[in-house]
Amino acid sequence: MLEFISNNITFLYLIVLMIIVGIELISHVPSVLHTPLMSGANAIHGVVLIGAIIVLGKAESNDYFSLIVGFIGVIVGTLNVIGGFVVTDRMLEMFKKKKK
Amino acid sequence: MQYLLEIFYFLASLGFVIGLKMMGKPDSARKGNLVAGAGMALAVLGTLFFNSQGVYIIPNFGWIMAGIAVGTIIGFVMAKRVQMTKMPEMVSLFNGMGGLCAALISIIEWRHIAGSGEGVEVLHYLPILAGLIIGTISFIGSMVAWGKLNGSLKDILLPGQQLVNFVVLAAITAVSILLYQTGSDVYFYAILILSGIYGLLFVFPIGGADMPVVISLLNSFTGMAAACGGFMYDNKVMLMGGILVGSAGTILTIIMCKAMNRSLKNVLLGNFGGGNTAQASTSASGGTVREIQATDVAIMMKYASKVIVVPGYGLAVAQAQHVCHELEEMLDAEGVDVKYAIHPVAGRMPGHMNVLLAESNVSYDKLVEMDDINSEFATTDVVLVVGANDVVNPAAKTDPASPIYGMPILDVEDAKQVIVLKRSMKAGYAGIENELFFKDKTGMLFGDAKDSIQKLVNEMKVL
Repeated sequence: MLEFISNNITFLYLIVLMIIVGIELISHVPSVLHTPLMSGANAIHGVVLIGAIIVLGKAESNDYFSLIVGFIGVIVGTLNVIGGFVVTDRMLEMFKKKKK
Repeated sequence: MQYLLEIFYFLASLGFVIGLKMMGKPDSARKGNLVAGAGMALAVLGTLFFNSQGVYIIPNFGWIMAGIAVGTIIGFVMAKRVQMTKMPEMVSLFNGMGGLCAALISIIEWRHIAGSGEGVEVLHYLPILAGLIIGTISFIGSMVAWGKLNGSLKDILLPGQQLVNFVVLAAITAVSILLYQTGSDVYFYAILILSGIYGLLFVFPIGGADMPVVISLLNSFTGMAAACGGFMYDNKVMLMGGILVGSAGTILTIIMCKAMNRSLKNVLLGNFGGGNTAQASTSASGGTVREIQATDVAIMMKYASKVIVVPGYGLAVAQAQHVCHELEEMLDAEGVDVKYAIHPVAGRMPGHMNVLLAESNVSYDKLVEMDDINSEFATTDVVLVVGANDVVNPAAKTDPASPIYGMPILDVEDAKQVIVLKRSMKAGYAGIENELFFKDKTGMLFGDAKDSIQKLVNEMKVL
């Protein structure tokens, strides 16, 4: 147990700090921005695409299962990223301040 | 050169954190989204063109670029085409795609370790399994939420639902242990199927009105699934991005629940706004409502010094935001002070009304949040309630038996006159009567919100 903690201490630091950062970032946000924020966070977890790229990059050229499933993974991961950011941008585009 | 990948990942993580921070303020929100997007681009470019040794091109580059191209085109077109009112569905759909991606990664990784013939280490096995379970639940759950929001799926509450859910969860845990002990493929795919079933069971009983909370929760699930990938590949940007969304999403979910004065548990059990709305509408006030004509309302508003518009879901359904803005400008030209009172849960998502009204060019500073505007109703001549119901229901303050008791509301009854635009006397989604409609100072203007406001605009023109 202690060895595990020691071996993964960097990750543990990251996890704990990121949890605190996440809480802090969201806690003081006006409710009007909740929907765009949810959408923005939705786009950020599209970072899972990196995993799909890595796994597809590792696939042997005769391993069609991995190639095809990985290919689908890259497509849906990209959908998450691109769709997420574009939708968020469209929502936020409307928050422009208009001066008379 | 060999450190470039780590630097790309570091900058990407920084982009996520700073981007999310900027998204928390209306003025910088749009830029924040771009910053987070730039972070994502750095992470992807880094993965494609660098490894720990330095510059290299990732194998299967053609496949990967083809996948990215297909995903980009489809995602871009879908996101650009969707109507503003359908945004929640879209977010849910994209969230599901992220979950699916995490699950697919786990499936391939499992085949790698299962095929290698070596014993499975717990540290390797856990993130794969967690990614599979959480990703699948998030994918299936988001698809159900998507179906519910676009109206193709109905709420279904099975008898003993909680017990069934618990049994499925217990089964997932049990099979996971078996999988670890035996390393058999059968158990792996059994977990995949069970997780899918859990995703269905988890979201199906929750009422359509509560979907935003569920989507927010599933959003944080997908974040955690992405973080599992960070463990699998010792990849810090996936870990940080995933945990950040997991944590931020969870807090956002709790804040949304608080805005409705309900606990997360209460939402998840599907107690309210679910399949049992009919039985709640018992307390008929028995009073009479006063129907009012558009002409009278137009006159009333024209000679008012202060008008507050309270938008609700009816405004979104009727797509009345543009004509509403037109009315606001006409009143403005008459020297009437017009503001919009935004309840945190008006519509179907927090911020729903802001997005809609902003779409029709209503200035951001005219949209006032509940806490800031409640004291202003007393000095307001006319309140125009457009398709809102539960958020102005005084029962939330006065009737402890009411299901919405304790929910903060807009105190529209403090105003001199209240005009309610509504299609019929049907109850709102909480399924309860609204005493406000029976008050002496309340006038009801029946009809579709868009038609009614159009009538008001026409009347204003001839006055």
